Amino acid sequence: MSKKESTLTNMIVSLALIAVLAAAALAGVYLLTKDSIDNVQAQKKQSALNAVLPGFDGSIVPVPTTVPGDKDPVTVNVAVTKDNTLFGAAVETYTNKAFGGTFTLMVGFDVNGNILGTEVIKASETPGLGDKINKNKSNFAEQFVNMNPSASNFDLKVKKDGGEVDAITAATISSRAYCDAVNRAAMAFQGVKEIALPKVLPNLKIESNNAPVEIEAEEKGADNE
Amino acid sequence: MNKLKILFNGILKENPTFVLVLGMCPTLGVTTSAFNGFGMGVATTFVLLMSNALISLLKNFIPDKVRIPAFIVVIATFVSIVDLLIQGFVPALGESLGLFIPLIVVNCIVLGRAEAFASKNTVFDSMLDGIGMGLGFTLSLTVIGAIREILSSGSIFGYTFLPASANILVFVLAPGAFFVLGFVMAFIRHLQKSNEH
Repeated sequence: MSKKESTLTNMIVSLALIAVLAAAALAGVYLLTKDSIDNVQAQKKQSALNAVLPGFDGSIVPVPTTVPGDKDPVTVNVAVTKDNTLFGAAVETYTNKAFGGTFTLMVGFDVNGNILGTEVIKASETPGLGDKINKNKSNFAEQFVNMNPSASNFDLKVKKDGGEVDAITAATISSRAYCDAVNRAAMAFQGVKEIALPKVLPNLKIESNNAPVEIEAEEKGADNE
Repeated sequence: MNKLKILFNGILKENPTFVLVLGMCPTLGVTTSAFNGFGMGVATTFVLLMSNALISLLKNFIPDKVRIPAFIVVIATFVSIVDLLIQGFVPALGESLGLFIPLIVVNCIVLGRAEAFASKNTVFDSMLDGIGMGLGFTLSLTVIGAIREILSSGSIFGYTFLPASANILVFVLAPGAFFVLGFVMAFIRHLQKSNEH
């Protein structure tokens, strides 16, 4: 078979055919992998949920909410124990300030807004630097446990900016973004707890043993009577 | 040309990284650890093999004037297939390679081999060339990744053997990639030169 001439018809026909074949092949592979990819994502979400709510046994009620000033919603997975008491929430939060665009985190809170754990769901931070936000790469994420973002008025910051969080070496942007996502999660949980929950789950018992949020910073030593 | 010669051409004589100096973006970007380099190399090898085979098969069907867009469509298709397969079946690898997989599309070595080899040779030879070039690329990326991993985190393939105090941070950063690439390239040139004499 000799080479096709570069006539207009030949060029259009050959390019169109290649494009159609490529589209068909991609559609096939997409259908083939779709279930598997969805599974992977769902599993990741589930394991992140379990990881950030240690010791929780009960049902999860997802409540989508949007933090004031944001465009995209976050999902507050409210954790309700078997005797219908609020355990806390695992908030699926995100940040747009990351080095690799956006990343999504799962942040677990107890009923008072103390952080129980954080877990990365999806991030494309620089390998070797920003990806240390992942638990298996460094212990950066562990320092958030037991912090309470509402105490600092939802403004957790890295030490460089005058906050309490130790940033990852050479990845200050990723560290700042992590704080941003955690703050967003805390705000979402606070908002859901105060406004949405009484409507969604009117019979829920909320046993908060903390002083009200506004004066909590001053009375930190005096709570837990 | 001897079939074995085609296969080994990409590994030594025309090594894509150290001799042709093509595909520098992934070379510098993903080689922060030996495993990342290896994974990127394997993914690129697959794309090289498939795109070389298909382009060689289609070479008489594609008119000369539109060959580059046609090649790019073929390459992009295979890259998307690899991306979907990795995400679906090897999520751990997908996490560590992340956004570098889609970048294989613009890796010069893939288009370079399509243009320089596959469009002029038989399907079988083109596949051999794809495998050879891919292996050469994998080997180079793994070597660079291993050196950077040893110097920056004191480990190799995730196995740590040096204390953290011996880590040199710069080697995980972009400048470290240039240093390592430069030194390895110089070393290989030196070997080639002394072989010629």
